[in-house]
Amino acid sequence: MIEIKDLHKSYKMGSNSLHVLKGINFNVEEGELVAIMGSSGSGKSTLLNILGMLDVLDEGTYTLDGVPIINLNETKAAKYRNKFLGFIFQSFNLINYKSAAENVALPLYYQGVGRKERQVKALKYLEQVGLKQWAGHLPSELSGGQKQRVAIARALAAEPKVLMADEPTGALDSKTSYEVMDLLQKINDAGNTILIVTHEPDIADMCKRIVHLKDGVIVEDKMVDQVRASQYV
Amino acid sequence: MKFIFDSNTWQEIFGSIGKNKTRTAITVIGVLWGIFIYIALAGAAKGLDNGFERAFESTAMNSMFVWAQSTSMPYEGFKTGRSLQLKLDDVNTLKNRIPEIQYIAPRNAKGVFGGSQAAVVRGQKSGTAPVYGDFPIYTKIATKKIYDGGRFINDEDIEEARKVVVIGERTQKELFDEEENPIGEFIRVDNIYFQIVGVHKYVPGGGFEGDTDMYIPYSTYKKLYNTGENVDWLTIAAYDDADVIQAEKDVKAVLKSIHRVNPDDERAIGAFNLGEIFNRITGFAKGLTFLSLIVGIATILAGVISIGNILLISVKERTKELGVRRALGATPREVRNLILLESVFLTVVSGIMGIVLGALVLYGIDSATHDSDFPYTNPTLPISYVLGALGIMVVLGTLIGLIPAQRAVSIKPIDALREE
Repeated sequence: MIEIKDLHKSYKMGSNSLHVLKGINFNVEEGELVAIMGSSGSGKSTLLNILGMLDVLDEGTYTLDGVPIINLNETKAAKYRNKFLGFIFQSFNLINYKSAAENVALPLYYQGVGRKERQVKALKYLEQVGLKQWAGHLPSELSGGQKQRVAIARALAAEPKVLMADEPTGALDSKTSYEVMDLLQKINDAGNTILIVTHEPDIADMCKRIVHLKDGVIVEDKMVDQVRASQYV
Repeated sequence: MKFIFDSNTWQEIFGSIGKNKTRTAITVIGVLWGIFIYIALAGAAKGLDNGFERAFESTAMNSMFVWAQSTSMPYEGFKTGRSLQLKLDDVNTLKNRIPEIQYIAPRNAKGVFGGSQAAVVRGQKSGTAPVYGDFPIYTKIATKKIYDGGRFINDEDIEEARKVVVIGERTQKELFDEEENPIGEFIRVDNIYFQIVGVHKYVPGGGFEGDTDMYIPYSTYKKLYNTGENVDWLTIAAYDDADVIQAEKDVKAVLKSIHRVNPDDERAIGAFNLGEIFNRITGFAKGLTFLSLIVGIATILAGVISIGNILLISVKERTKELGVRRALGATPREVRNLILLESVFLTVVSGIMGIVLGALVLYGIDSATHDSDFPYTNPTLPISYVLGALGIMVVLGTLIGLIPAQRAVSIKPIDALREE
C-alpha cells in the first residue's frame, strides 16, 4: 500500500538546514494498523505530513497504492489527498459552523458527489461511529470524544486507501482515548489501513505494528500483539 | 462556470457568510451606502437637469432678446446719448445677413417694460393687462399653450389688422364666469372692441411673461397705439447647431450698422441671451451629474475595498478551516473561487439593496417636490447606468476578492493545520 525508499527531508531555518528525516525505508501493507512513535523532534509528524502529501519530500521515492507520488502541484496533491487519504487530527479540525453531518460530507463535496448522496453517506458513517442522532449538531455542541468520532467519520466518508491520524487521542482523556482507539481498531478490522502518530505507549500498543523514530531514522520496527481497547471501555 | 451555478457552491458560500452575521451586515452596508449615494446623487442631478429643461421648455433654448437702448459713443456726426429705435425693416436685414437665424419675431408691448397696462373691460367687469403686438412666428420661438377651441394670432389677422386678442387665463377669470366660453366674445381693450380668439395657459418660469398677457396682431397694435414701424424688441431663435453667442454678436453688429452706431458701442443695443444662460445651467447640471458620478464611484470603490479588507481578515481567521478543506481535497482553485464568489456575492447583494434604497429615496424626493416651483422633475437614471454600476461592482468585487483569495490559496494546508 505504502512504499517509501530512502526518504530525506530537511527544513531551512535561516542559514541553518535542519535535517529532519535521514533516509527512511518503510512499507505498509493493506489492512495494517501502524503506530509511528517517537519523541518530539524525532520527525514523526514530518513523516506523516509527507505521507499525507501535505509536505513534499526532498529525496527518495514514495509510492501509494502503486501510484508514484512525485512532482505534486497543489491541485494534484489535493486530488490525491481526496482520493487516497483520510485525515484525523489531534485538534479534530471540524469546521465549526457546519453541523456534524455537513462536516462528514465535506470530502464528498470535493469529490463531486451529489448532495443527496452526500447526505446519505454522511449519515451512514455517522452511524458507524455511533453519532447518527447527533448529525444536526454543531461541533461546539459535542464533547471532545464525539468531535473526534465525527472527524473519523469524515475521514472514512471519502473511502480512502489509508487513514492518517496525527495524535488522535492527544486532546482526549484516557477513557475517551480508548473509545476512539476502539473505534479505530474496529475500522481496521474491517480492512482499512491506518497510520497513527502518537507518543503514548498505551495507544501504540493497541496497534499491530510499532515504528519507532529517533532523530530522523527508524530505530525500531516491530509487530506487536494488539491490545484490544474494548476491554478498557 | 459550472462552479457558479452549482447549488453546493452557494451552500458553502452562505455557510461561510452566515458564520459572522454582524460583520457581514456591516460589510454589506459599506457597499450599499456607496451605490446608494451614487444612485441618489446621479438621480437627483438628472432630476435637476430635467427640472431646468422643463422650466425652459416653452422657450427655444437657443433664443435671445435684442432691444435698442441709447448710444454711449459719438459716431458719424451723431452725439452721445442718442436714443435708438428698432424698425420692422431691421427684421429682414438681419435675416438676410445672418444665416444662423432661424426665426425672428419682432414684438411690441405696452405695460411690460414701460407705459401703463391696457384697461380691459367687459360689461361691468374690468381689469388691466399688458398688451403685446405680435406676429404668428413668435410661437415658433416661444410656444404658447392655447386652451382648446382657441388659437394664436395668424397671418390673416396681421394682413387685415383684425381686432382679435389672445387673453391670459387670469384675465379670463377676471372678466368671465366659470361656465362662460370666452372664445368669440368681445372685450374692450383701451376702449376698442376686440374679439377673443384664444386663451393662453400661463407657464411659470418663462421670464417676464405673466398670466394676464394679451396678444394682438402687430398691425392692430400699430394702429391702436400709433407706433408706426417701431419695434420694441426682437426675439430671435438661432438654428439648433448655431453658436448663440456668436449669433448675438452678429445681430448686434448688424443692428449697429443699420442704425449708424459706433461698432464699439457696447451700450447701444441690449441683449439677453437665453441660449447662453441655458448653456450655463445645463453645464451646471452636467457638472453635477459628472460630480455625482465621481463621488458615487469613489464611494462604491471605498465600499468594495472594505469588502476586500473584511474578507482578508476573514481569510486570516479561517486559515485553519481553509487548511482543513485543503487537506480534505479542496484544490487551490476551489478555495480561490470560494473566496472570490463570496466577494462578488456580497458586492452584488449590497449593490442591489443600495439601488433599491436609492430608487426609493429618489421617489420620495420626487413626490416631495412634485408640486413645488423647485426645478426638479423625474429624477431617473437610465437603466444602463444602473447596470453599468452593477457591472463595475462585479468587476471591482472580483478584483478586490482576488487579494484575499490569493492569500487563501497561498496558505499551505500543513501550516494552516500546525497553527494551534
